[in-house]
Amino acid sequence: MSKYDKLVTNAAGRIVPTIINGRPAVPYMGVGKYRPDGHRVSPRLSSCVDFPADGNKLLPNLKEALIRAGLKDGMTISTHHHFRNGDLVGTRVFEIAHEMEIKDLMWYPSASFPCHEPMTKFLEDGTINHIEGSMNGALGKFTSEGKMKGLGILRSHGGRYQAVQDGEVHIDIAVIAAPTADFFGNCNGVNGPAACGLLGFALADAQYADKVIVVTDNLVPFPCIPWQINGNYVDYVVVLDKIGIPEKIVSGTTEVTKSPDRLLLAEWSSRFCDEAGLIYDGFSFQAGAGGTALSIGIYFADILRERKWKARFARGGSNKYLVQMLEDGLVEYILDGQTFDLDGIRSMRDNPHHVWTSPFTSYNYHGKGNFSSMVDIVILGATEVDVNYNANVVTHSDGYLLHGIGGWQNTLFGKCVILPVPLFRDRNPVIRDEVTTLCGPGELIDVIVTERGIAINPRRTDLIGKMKHSSLPIKTIEELKAEAEQICGVPAKPKFSDEVVAVVKWVDGTILDSIRKVAI
Amino acid sequence: MGEIATTGNKGKGVRSDCFVSLELTDQDGIQLQVDSKVAVMFGEDIKRQTFEILHFFNIYNCKIRIDDSGALPLVIAARIEAAIKKIVKTEKEFLLPMLPVNQNPTAKDRNRFSRLYLPGNTPSLMINAGIHKPDGIILDLEDAVAPDKKDEARYLVRNALCAIDFYGAERMVRINQGERGLEDLEYVVPYNVNLILIPKCEHAEQIIAVNKKIKKIVARHSSLVNPIWIMPIVESALGVINSFIIANAADNVVSLAIGLEDYTADIGTKRSQEGTESFFARSMVVNAARAAGIQPIDSVFSDVADMNGLRETVLRSKALGFDGMGCIHPRQIKVIHETFAPTIDEIEKARKIVFAFHKAQEKGLGVVSLGTKMIDPPVVKRALNTINLAIKMNKLAENWRDTYEQV
Repeated sequence: MSKYDKLVTNAAGRIVPTIINGRPAVPYMGVGKYRPDGHRVSPRLSSCVDFPADGNKLLPNLKEALIRAGLKDGMTISTHHHFRNGDLVGTRVFEIAHEMEIKDLMWYPSASFPCHEPMTKFLEDGTINHIEGSMNGALGKFTSEGKMKGLGILRSHGGRYQAVQDGEVHIDIAVIAAPTADFFGNCNGVNGPAACGLLGFALADAQYADKVIVVTDNLVPFPCIPWQINGNYVDYVVVLDKIGIPEKIVSGTTEVTKSPDRLLLAEWSSRFCDEAGLIYDGFSFQAGAGGTALSIGIYFADILRERKWKARFARGGSNKYLVQMLEDGLVEYILDGQTFDLDGIRSMRDNPHHVWTSPFTSYNYHGKGNFSSMVDIVILGATEVDVNYNANVVTHSDGYLLHGIGGWQNTLFGKCVILPVPLFRDRNPVIRDEVTTLCGPGELIDVIVTERGIAINPRRTDLIGKMKHSSLPIKTIEELKAEAEQICGVPAKPKFSDEVVAVVKWVDGTILDSIRKVAI
Repeated sequence: MGEIATTGNKGKGVRSDCFVSLELTDQDGIQLQVDSKVAVMFGEDIKRQTFEILHFFNIYNCKIRIDDSGALPLVIAARIEAAIKKIVKTEKEFLLPMLPVNQNPTAKDRNRFSRLYLPGNTPSLMINAGIHKPDGIILDLEDAVAPDKKDEARYLVRNALCAIDFYGAERMVRINQGERGLEDLEYVVPYNVNLILIPKCEHAEQIIAVNKKIKKIVARHSSLVNPIWIMPIVESALGVINSFIIANAADNVVSLAIGLEDYTADIGTKRSQEGTESFFARSMVVNAARAAGIQPIDSVFSDVADMNGLRETVLRSKALGFDGMGCIHPRQIKVIHETFAPTIDEIEKARKIVFAFHKAQEKGLGVVSLGTKMIDPPVVKRALNTINLAIKMNKLAENWRDTYEQV
């Protein structure tokens, strides 16, 4: 089986395969152009006959659970990334598979982190055929150099849920690392030594996988309250000594930036929002985890406090700064997708206004609406933006795949999407003629804030009108690009071979772009 | 094997810089090795630039290695030239085109509330300095540069003066003390530097010597037409005692600054936040500067995280009569500007007085009065200063009198 076949040019002008790892795929047709047909897939029926009446689903170890779950060649194994760089479970699963000489697995993580670097050795020895999810750091490099056997697929958080629900991806075995669980499989992320807040990224896995294994290092007597995942989805429960490294679980970018350049981006972004009338009593915003996004939140807080306004809700990533806003009465609800620090976890556990969500509620594009399009202000990052406001978050300008999509694509549906980015990083201009990899169509990206000027998407005539008399340096994106090139020089494009090594999916499951093998 | 010259920086934490190592050889042409984090985008460009510079200096046989952490072309050029000059005797200079904005003169009495120190051998801090809108930037060749890096810093500072846009900030350079400082002038005076800071000033002769050297250099460059201002820094007990002589040493001295770290050490004490120990010195500098008709400028505040402490210090500084202060971090600029700027109350009071002053003038009255109160001339003068400042800082429209109604 070839990795891919039948290349076509999609609606974004990108050349993409329509056969991927032996299965048909739909090329991107435009924002809101593709409508799915048919039904959600149904998980297999179960019966209480097959489960212990006393509710005890404990097995002695993970290997036993994987064997009982029927682990065999070619299966799809899923894990979640709530432990971020402190995950000890994902790699363990494949170590066991390797010991058992299982081959050609597909790993379906909700995201990967530097701690998953050991997976490269399982990719090399054939234990893993390919990854669908995100390929960060070492895994991205491995993929970009054409070493992965199957074709990689990059999806957003919402796209991951959609792919499972639509039947694009069938999870054979879901391994859910749970900071606290009971023997029945009820589990949560708010308690326990590996507390991570919530388990929303594992929801699709629990609902749709054939077999579900909950792995915990904090077993409590039934009932485990709250149950963020119902034990009724769970086949087996396994207790390990340690499932995550706490200081790495909560080590997200949790400090406000000290970089004066980034602070300037944050100040201008918040001033832009204010002057454009995007901030009002009862508005909503997407809070980010990056240093710049955190600083913008602090500027928002100052504005709200001064005018005695409140945000109706903030969509998280939460951390101490957002929690502080909630506790100071500046935000009424946090609708949280992941918690980045201990304050976030504490608040989620104790404060009924700090609500855990999932990719189903927030991001799934094949649902009856989702939360992301209701958000007033969305602040995001990007590795590159082009003169048509298209943006890239997965590859660097040298062509290497280095990041996952996360919720980035899904949040583009917010009412005003702002990208604060430096005009150039070291010598690398961020604004290009054409992005190396298309991840977000320009029609959804409204404002680019750089330290040398702010560009408003010409489609947003409303914003342009509102900022007509602003003292902020409003420029065209072409002017910004020229300014960067005057300082840095004109960058050469990366050199690729023809071989496709991964594809980027759009939120509706269509193929938005291809990532090619770098030419070394 | 010839001598190997190295310049620049590499390693963890180094950004926007490069490390160059150069060895001249007798044969085999130019053997260039580039290891760059932006190799894909700019690898060819770096090679082309390297050959251009080597050929400019008539070097056709050498081993040269560049470890690049994303340096801009002006940095690469400075590093290569500095390496060459370590082992080749030449008068030639590889100059970059001077940006039009860097040909602008600055006014003698322009605002100098904030002047941001930039270490002269650290390119990453220079490139974006202007976007934070300090009144002035100081490319520092003195204390902020390690002794063994002082030569190479000159080329970087020179190239920065030519090719970095500081977005309207006055382009200042702090030269070294003594003979080295006079040599430094060769690298900055021809490139439209706006102002020279002279460290550790104790005598008028230091300023006269600098001016003499400037004059000599200017005479060699017919294109140089802009004034070059001088800001002496007094940093010792003797400097403080001689501060009026220093302030009055030449017509192009526009400000007198005080450096408190060295001063407090010199008088045998430590610097405190309240500044009791430097009260005399600071008052002396203010008085000397005012007597000479120039701007008194305060020392830096060194805790970059303590914004409240900075604000208090600026308020004290303003109360003592200073017109500005040094910054060591861009975050300090905004606080300094906000605090030195006239307050709304001050502007309001000044508007009343200035309005009354103009009315009195129109009526040909010699005395200015507000209601039944007579306003003394120095009060009027101060009010005029406040209004001018408010206009300069965009806190008041220039034509405010057209719409002003006296209450």
